[in-house]
Amino acid sequence: MSISLEEVLNISHLARLHVDEEQARQYAADLSKILAWVQQMNQVDTREVVPMAHPLDVVQRLREDKVTETDQREKFQTIAPRTDKGLYLVPKVIE
Amino acid sequence: MENLSVSQLAAGLDHGEFSSVELTRHFLHRMQAHGELNAFITEMDESAIVQARRADQLIKEKKHGPLTGIPLAHKDIFCMDGTRTSCGSRMLDQFVAPYDATVVQKLGQAGCVVLGKTNMDEFAMGSSNENSYFGPVKNPWNPGHVPGGSSGGSAAAVAARLVPLATGTDTGGSIRQPAALCGITGLKPTYGRVSRYGMIAYASSLDQAGPLAKSAQDCAYLLQAMAGFDSRDSTSMDEPVPAYTQALDQPLQGRVIGIPDEYFGAGLKPEVQDIMAQAIDWAEGQGCIIQPIRLPNTELAIPAYYVIATAECSSNLSRFDGIRFGHRCKAPKDLHDLYRRSRSEGFGTEVKRRIMIGTYALSAGYYDAYYLKAQQIRRLISTDFSKAFETVDFILGPTAPEPAFRIGEKTDDPVTMYLSDIYTISVNLAGLPAISVPCGMHEGLPVGMQLIGNYLTEDRLLNFAHQYQLATDWHRQCPPGFAQGSVDE
Repeated sequence: MSISLEEVLNISHLARLHVDEEQARQYAADLSKILAWVQQMNQVDTREVVPMAHPLDVVQRLREDKVTETDQREKFQTIAPRTDKGLYLVPKVIE
Repeated sequence: MENLSVSQLAAGLDHGEFSSVELTRHFLHRMQAHGELNAFITEMDESAIVQARRADQLIKEKKHGPLTGIPLAHKDIFCMDGTRTSCGSRMLDQFVAPYDATVVQKLGQAGCVVLGKTNMDEFAMGSSNENSYFGPVKNPWNPGHVPGGSSGGSAAAVAARLVPLATGTDTGGSIRQPAALCGITGLKPTYGRVSRYGMIAYASSLDQAGPLAKSAQDCAYLLQAMAGFDSRDSTSMDEPVPAYTQALDQPLQGRVIGIPDEYFGAGLKPEVQDIMAQAIDWAEGQGCIIQPIRLPNTELAIPAYYVIATAECSSNLSRFDGIRFGHRCKAPKDLHDLYRRSRSEGFGTEVKRRIMIGTYALSAGYYDAYYLKAQQIRRLISTDFSKAFETVDFILGPTAPEPAFRIGEKTDDPVTMYLSDIYTISVNLAGLPAISVPCGMHEGLPVGMQLIGNYLTEDRLLNFAHQYQLATDWHRQCPPGFAQGSVDE
């Protein structure tokens, strides 16, 4: 299993991580090695096996449709890197 | 004072032999005297004294419970209102949590005094504590060795008697493996037993919080206060919490203990195997029935885990965008640049590696080959356990294949590091409870045994561990240099 530089750059784009060329080469080597090792899962035939997404096969609980959370915008925005008039600031998206 | 059990500390407080303020000062002093272990990210001496005063008042008014006034440390993964909660990451280096995790809230209500937040592998990803932005934690038994991870700071702090109790979290062994490597007791409860609310998520279908302490009895006290249903955690179990401390004294006569072939294979250090044989002999001497069992898919647990955990982590960690909280890069060119540079600067090497693997495993065209396949393996592993528990009460084996390894020994090869979790990982995949108990020493380093139980049998696991600790004194061993008199008081 070998991951190309191009694939690494595509994954880093999907993951929103900045990767320079040297790091990309390192990731290609690391990821190829890890994925090759992961392939040992293919030793087992699992065609009939029901996938297990969660340890407790439970049903999602429903609660009463009642307001439980109060507005804490001010408190939560004190920990934001940049805000203004109750809004989160980001670089300009539309020119 | 530092060698006393929780019940002895509570009795001391109750009888006025010492106050909670005195107790708190004593442990804060030890913490500060042993900064070289790097077990803490944040020390909370001021608020601790305030909490201790409040506890003393409650004790005076006879309004106290078994943990009122007892000092403890939280792994820095639990949000604590008004306190920096870093999760061992540069991403959250400046993050002051705006609310309490349920675990923090419950232990606060129980009257515990929080001395600080402990060091950990970044976002709980690691088995050695070398992945912390705040530097590695040292093993109190030998500072050249790792304490295990990811709850390495909690385990080292308890082992060095810097704090009597600590919380931890376990996604693939992160309570049990450091407990084993530091010579203390650590319990990973059944998935859903302890609320995950306010616990920073790594892999949500595997993460579970639990206690670390010197003994099983102390773990029982701590778990008692941590466990229980929480409507704010959608996977919390709505089951009654038994009285763990009252179940400790039952005899073990007739309990059936399964010994899996697969846990005694090639990767296990022979000296650890010998130590396990002695523990098994002891159980047999107590009237337990020893029965060989098979867990045939054990080896596949690690690759399945690393697909599932990384997939969940890539999704969970997408919340760190540099906009609402956490690290933000300087002078972003545009929104995309803001996301990419904030995340690349904020996350460390192993976290980024896992996000990359998880993103790949979930990406179009690869989902069936990796994620779905891993979920099917997960089912096989879980079925292996349920078959075993049709005939046995417990499964016993080593917690880790070897004692603590040297700092730097496994950092170059992620796969070698992943293999150190071979005996702990399948338990998380199945969602079962398991406890690690110190049961021997090799070349000056502790060895732990792991006892796995069926769902919601924490009481039985603690009962077994307590009976073992009544008969042995491995859990009483204190690392040289941390024993009484070694700190100038």
